[in-house]
Amino acid sequence: MKKTVKTEFSEYKNSRMRRAEAKNGILFVLPWIIGFLGFTLYPILSSLYYSFCDYSVIKEPVFTGVKNYVTLFHDQTFIKACKNTAYMMLIGVPVTTFFAVAVSVILNSKKLRHTGWMRVVFFIPTLVPTVVACLLWIWVMQPETGVVNTLLGYIGVKGPGWLASPTWAKPAFIMMMIWTCGNAIIIYLAGLQDISESLYEAAEIDGASFFRETISITLPLLKPTILYNMVTLVIGVFQWFAEPYIMTQGGPNNATMFYSLYLYQNAFTYFKMGYASAQAWIMLVVAFAIILILFKFLKFGESNNS
Amino acid sequence: MKKNMRLYKMGVFFRKFILYFILLFFALLWLIPFFFLVMGSFKSTSELFQVPFRWLPKHFDFDNYINMFQQIPFLRYLKNTLIIVFFSVVGALISNSLIAYGFSRLRWPGRDKVFMIVLATMILPYQVTMIPLYLMFTKMHWVGTFLPLIVPQFFGNAFYIFLLRQFLTGVPKEITESSRIDGANEFEIFLKVIMPISKPALASVAIMAFIRAWNDFLGPLVFLGSDRLYTLSLAASMLKSNYDPNWDLLLPLGVVMVLPVLLLFFVLQKYFIQGITMSGIKG
Repeated sequence: MKKTVKTEFSEYKNSRMRRAEAKNGILFVLPWIIGFLGFTLYPILSSLYYSFCDYSVIKEPVFTGVKNYVTLFHDQTFIKACKNTAYMMLIGVPVTTFFAVAVSVILNSKKLRHTGWMRVVFFIPTLVPTVVACLLWIWVMQPETGVVNTLLGYIGVKGPGWLASPTWAKPAFIMMMIWTCGNAIIIYLAGLQDISESLYEAAEIDGASFFRETISITLPLLKPTILYNMVTLVIGVFQWFAEPYIMTQGGPNNATMFYSLYLYQNAFTYFKMGYASAQAWIMLVVAFAIILILFKFLKFGESNNS
Repeated sequence: MKKNMRLYKMGVFFRKFILYFILLFFALLWLIPFFFLVMGSFKSTSELFQVPFRWLPKHFDFDNYINMFQQIPFLRYLKNTLIIVFFSVVGALISNSLIAYGFSRLRWPGRDKVFMIVLATMILPYQVTMIPLYLMFTKMHWVGTFLPLIVPQFFGNAFYIFLLRQFLTGVPKEITESSRIDGANEFEIFLKVIMPISKPALASVAIMAFIRAWNDFLGPLVFLGSDRLYTLSLAASMLKSNYDPNWDLLLPLGVVMVLPVLLLFFVLQKYFIQGITMSGIKG
């Protein structure tokens, strides 16, 4: 890669041409630079400033130091929201990842034919507008007349109250999360395509089982893809908003009060902009830390898939 | 030996059967909510709440759909949604193709470092910028118009830049060389040489921008304000939050909102998959 860049550079010995190219390059990316400054950098920095302020929109922000942060850690609803979000990350994300990887590995199995339509089936839930998915799942999860409990009834299990139950509301959301993991499946399938066929052939000669092949070849080589999808999911869980907002409003008993929902309520229901900004900054720092941990944990770059 | 072979073959068949069965089971499970949505859209509210649950509606008539068109300003919401979708797609195509060109086919000092910043903005949660943007747009008197949802689309999006850059990096240098010798300027090369061959990647971006704008909920919720400007998604959520929501209108509305996206998917499946894999792989 570096070598070709060098030889290409030697073609452009003329420094005037190089300067013209640089000028053009910056001109082409100018829209991004303007957008980044106006719609990303400025908001990030003012968000940081507001997080140290008391700001209720009608009055100008008043600097109050770390008060918002201190208050947050004594705010029972905030602590509950953190716990609920952690629950989704520690249980929802691994369960969804396991399901998506398992389905992708089976779909990718060369011996199975006629799986094309199944790929479509697993993908289409991601196309459903979030609001519609919420309306739909309210009904799917109904205690008495819902599809899930009707199906459970067929095998003799009395289903729980799902969204109405403090214990089962979060698992209900995890089910919904799994239902919409189609994007991840598509990315896993693309990652699986990149794994060289010859590795499996060699393993087959050695008499390795499908399970063994998956553990020893597929999963290690799929690590970068798993990492990418897990990062996407973790950010997704932090931003998990429309679903609890529409389906439960955080209830019952704050069992589905998630991080972004509480942030939204503070900002746009109670107009505590400074307080909500402090929440947003904690989110940014924690999300970044989690991503770093995931990178370390999955030892990104060690496998030679890419 | 022969017996062993037969056992082995039976084992292979059995394993295949199990795997296929697992897939089929989940695939059917995955379709059930869709089946419910369509069937539910024909049911009356009392039928929906009826115990025990029945899979099929009593009558297949379009009363619910006709009521939906008559009782909610569906066409206005559709128009609002389409305005936002249209400008989002146009904005995404123009800005991201220019930006990706600048990041891939032209060399300038610090380019790759700046590109790392582009990638870093991908993991930036929207919630961090949302509040200052709301305050900024309020001061500019943009809240209560479509502008906060449309204008930022004209300044690039990290995912689309990444996707198009991936594509453009793969285009051989020789393709632009001859026009450069002919004295074409950079913008002409971009417009006449690069854009035509980028059609597949641009199609993916257009589709992703379409879906994103069509499905967006948080943006319209924060920025639109008045009922006059509601998009379909926002209108549906507002109808649901009524004290006694009209479910016999909401489920048909859901069907009507899903349908265009599904149709688009079945027609342009290739570009959907390509868009997701290109932005996902080696990200």
